[in-house]
Amino acid sequence: MSPTRQLAVLAAAFALVTASGSAALAQKKYDIGATDTEIKIGNIMPYSGPASAYGVIGRTETAYFKMINDQGGINGRKINFVSYDDAYSPPKTVEQARKLVESDEVLLIFNSLGTPPNSAIQKYMNQKKVPQLFVATGATKWNDPQNFPWTMGWQPNYQSETIIYAKYILKHNPNAKIAVLYQNDDYGKDYLKGFKDGLGAKAASMIVAEDSYEVSEPTIDSHIVRLKASGADVFMNITTPKFAAQAIKKNAELGWKPLHFLNNVSGSIGSVIKPAGFENAQDIISSQYFKDPTDAQWKTDKSMIAWNEFLDKYYPEANRADASVMYAYIVSQGLVHVLKACGDNLTRENIMKQAASIRDYEPGGLLPGVKVNTSATDFAPLSQLQLIRFKGETWERFGEVLSGDVGG
Amino acid sequence: MSAAEEVVTEAPAVEAVPKRAMTLGYGTSLVVLAALVIIPLLVKNFIIFQMTMLLIYALAVLALNILTGGSGQFSLGQSAFYAVGAYTSAILMEHAGMNYALTLPIAGIICFGFGFLFGQPALRLSGVYLALATFALATAMPQLLKLGYFEHWTGGVQGLVVTKPDAPFGLPMSQDMWLYYFTLVVSIGIYIASVNLLRSRSGRAFMAIRDNEIAASAMGVDVALYKTLAFGVSAGITGVAGGLGAIAVQFVAPDGYTIQLAISLFLGMVVGGVGWLPGSIVGSAFIIFVPNIAEGISKGLSGAVFGVLLFLVIFLVPHGARQVAIVAQQLIAKLKKN
Repeated sequence: MSPTRQLAVLAAAFALVTASGSAALAQKKYDIGATDTEIKIGNIMPYSGPASAYGVIGRTETAYFKMINDQGGINGRKINFVSYDDAYSPPKTVEQARKLVESDEVLLIFNSLGTPPNSAIQKYMNQKKVPQLFVATGATKWNDPQNFPWTMGWQPNYQSETIIYAKYILKHNPNAKIAVLYQNDDYGKDYLKGFKDGLGAKAASMIVAEDSYEVSEPTIDSHIVRLKASGADVFMNITTPKFAAQAIKKNAELGWKPLHFLNNVSGSIGSVIKPAGFENAQDIISSQYFKDPTDAQWKTDKSMIAWNEFLDKYYPEANRADASVMYAYIVSQGLVHVLKACGDNLTRENIMKQAASIRDYEPGGLLPGVKVNTSATDFAPLSQLQLIRFKGETWERFGEVLSGDVGG
Repeated sequence: MSAAEEVVTEAPAVEAVPKRAMTLGYGTSLVVLAALVIIPLLVKNFIIFQMTMLLIYALAVLALNILTGGSGQFSLGQSAFYAVGAYTSAILMEHAGMNYALTLPIAGIICFGFGFLFGQPALRLSGVYLALATFALATAMPQLLKLGYFEHWTGGVQGLVVTKPDAPFGLPMSQDMWLYYFTLVVSIGIYIASVNLLRSRSGRAFMAIRDNEIAASAMGVDVALYKTLAFGVSAGITGVAGGLGAIAVQFVAPDGYTIQLAISLFLGMVVGGVGWLPGSIVGSAFIIFVPNIAEGISKGLSGAVFGVLLFLVIFLVPHGARQVAIVAQQLIAKLKKN
């Protein structure tokens, strides 16, 4: 071969390589944190500190992504799940978020937990244009795509839940005298606001007693006594599990039988109703969006069997009565769904685009009829709730699946 | 005499050369300063942010050091002063649109007043009792910040988002780097002022009170005044640190300023060496980085690992970084002789 011909062949070969190379590039698009073999996901959880009970969510997610990786990953890419502890302290959350974004170089931060921690990093994440996807808090403000296009909530927000109760009361009990008990923090106040908004102009006249307690109080008995004395016939119970059980028990002891609404934070049969006594919890109304694993009616349910199989193999020490384990299982499926939808275009922009175009998606574990829906103007993936009433030893669903969308 | 007081009189074995033992030599100071100036030019923004937090916590530890190491009073309430400073800066910046740099002296003055006033009744207490009184302040603060009456200003439980300042005069540096150098200048200013304070008449009065209150009053030191003054100065510096912290973190919320923070600062002071001002930065590094290291070793047992590391430090070098520095100094001196 003459030198010129050699050169020509070489040039042709080179042209071929670059052509095929650019063709491949056109299909595959990556931002920092994604490669042909790996997707790096960041997460921040309170593994220590006052809210450490929620750390189980991070552990369940770690286990779930391990299962996904063992099954071959997402479109051939393994998930590298980096989860850090912030002890529920906002300054620490900022430090960990910056570490994830700037040092570990993750593609996105997924399901970081708590309202104050997420508030602390929201501005930063949006400035950096890194998705802050499916945050683990029920506050109402995460559904704000106009101002925060890189932040998206996940679960039905607190306000929409109490709006649903308020509407129910207005319809069935328009002359009710309502007593409200709430926890004195962001969670309790958000619920209370939704409740008052739902009652509208009648809130002032219908609510005859309003009382709050601190998380640090050992018991809330005295609050219940005070609320009973108000002569109310409807009780809106905005409390976390330990206090919810106390309230149900104390009501029975006092012989106070109002129409009892219980927020779904404390809807667990295993950790609230059973300790309070089944006989004391009859006819309590609450709402749900996912299946309570301790509820006997789901024993033979397909998604519940899949859930149990997953836990048996990847997280055997999990406490199956803990609703957080089910919560994490569902939200992890949500992330996998979005990443699958992204295909080979794993840019941050495409992730937000796919996350904002979920249609009637039903991850295993949700109640029948509850679906995940998002759009460019709706960043609240789950906003449906099913009213339930406690009968015998289980929750009975009644009425239709209700929606209470509230913008942030 | 209470147990805590004994610790205070024992721990700062500063008695030998109180003035010089509180600071570093010029050479070492310059090396540290050069490192603090140059490193940010070479590292990522995230590291710069961590170094900013390092300086900010170092200031807060320094403030506690003046109080405990200088005047021998205990405080577990520093988180409260830090919170007041942070909120003052945040509210002035976000509600009044004030320049961030101007909010810092205001935060300092408000906290000075707050600390001075708190020091008045606290004067009647000493040792562990004073520690408990300040502890009460620290536990009360997050709830006070949540109160409905202030919600319009504080944002209640939701907190306040703070805008991070850009570098002025169109300087070609990132927000993080600018804030770092800004913090560095403030820190150096406060450090020099603190060193001078402890070398002044007032500083000698503080130390006289620390070493022996009765003897100090016999010498004509106004014990009441100087004790409250120490409290005020300490609170004021903590307030400035809090203000800087709010700007660096870009967010204030009641949950950021719990008793946990006060204990961390206390820890930082002990690890850095009680009464040794340069130790503040070592203590600050300890409280920022060691929890991360502990988490890296074991996520589930990070608290336990941290406990073990802390125990090792206290067991091996009970006087903290100061002891390490002294040993190093002696070694160097030996090498020089040889």
